[in-house]
Amino acid sequence: MAQQQRIYEVMYIVRPDLAEEETERVISTVESGATAAGLTVKNVERMGKRRLAYKVRKFQDGLYVLLTVEGPGGAVAELERRLRVAEQVIKYITVRVDEEQKRLAKIKKIRDSKVRQRPQTAEAAAGAEPAPATA
Amino acid sequence: MADEEKKEATTTGGATATATTEAPAAPAPRFGRPGGPGRRPGPGGRPAGRGEGGPRKFFRRKKVCKFCVEKIDSINYKDVRLLQQFVAERGKIVPRRLTGVCTPHQRRLTAAIKQARNIALLPFAARY
Repeated sequence: MAQQQRIYEVMYIVRPDLAEEETERVISTVESGATAAGLTVKNVERMGKRRLAYKVRKFQDGLYVLLTVEGPGGAVAELERRLRVAEQVIKYITVRVDEEQKRLAKIKKIRDSKVRQRPQTAEAAAGAEPAPATA
Repeated sequence: MADEEKKEATTTGGATATATTEAPAAPAPRFGRPGGPGRRPGPGGRPAGRGEGGPRKFFRRKKVCKFCVEKIDSINYKDVRLLQQFVAERGKIVPRRLTGVCTPHQRRLTAAIKQARNIALLPFAARY
């Protein structure tokens, strides 16, 4: 099977009752874990403390972290395993984003080309108008 | 966000409203549409015994897909504000016939809401 490089978003929730440096350590461990699993970390975004929509492991709040990685699917499975084992991480979700990004880029391209076309057609219409007037 | 839900929940909770009865009423305040949750014409389409026989008295606002109109391309699970508009008080996904979202967008919306539920951004079921 070909090792396809794909882009994934891994959002995980760190338990809220940890000290600041403890949290930082968890985040950096996850990051190094991702690298060890064979993924390249593209971005780490701390989304801050947020109230959970429902209780998770008896916690009402959680620290959301969004990790964007690139690599093969097998490596993501390994990263997920690590997250499952990590006790400070109470929940995680992995979403593949490259296809969506591709789709958005395509839509944007179509839209941009339409925007460019519209003034042209307007000019054409303006150019066509005087013609019947003279005739 | 959750507080707001709670408040709403307490008001409806007093009346012991079942989930099925409150579901159609839910999208109305969130959309702020003056037309209310556009009910189907159905039997109510004919105004009761006016006898005038003219065309429908009721003027139903045509529902349009928010995503098509506002050109929102990506329906992302992280965008809780956006998704919340399409979730009823109890956490249910509001059907297309009430919100007017077009089929392709509803499909993406549903997927996004389900992802958001999994990461505790949206509730599976809001507390009563």
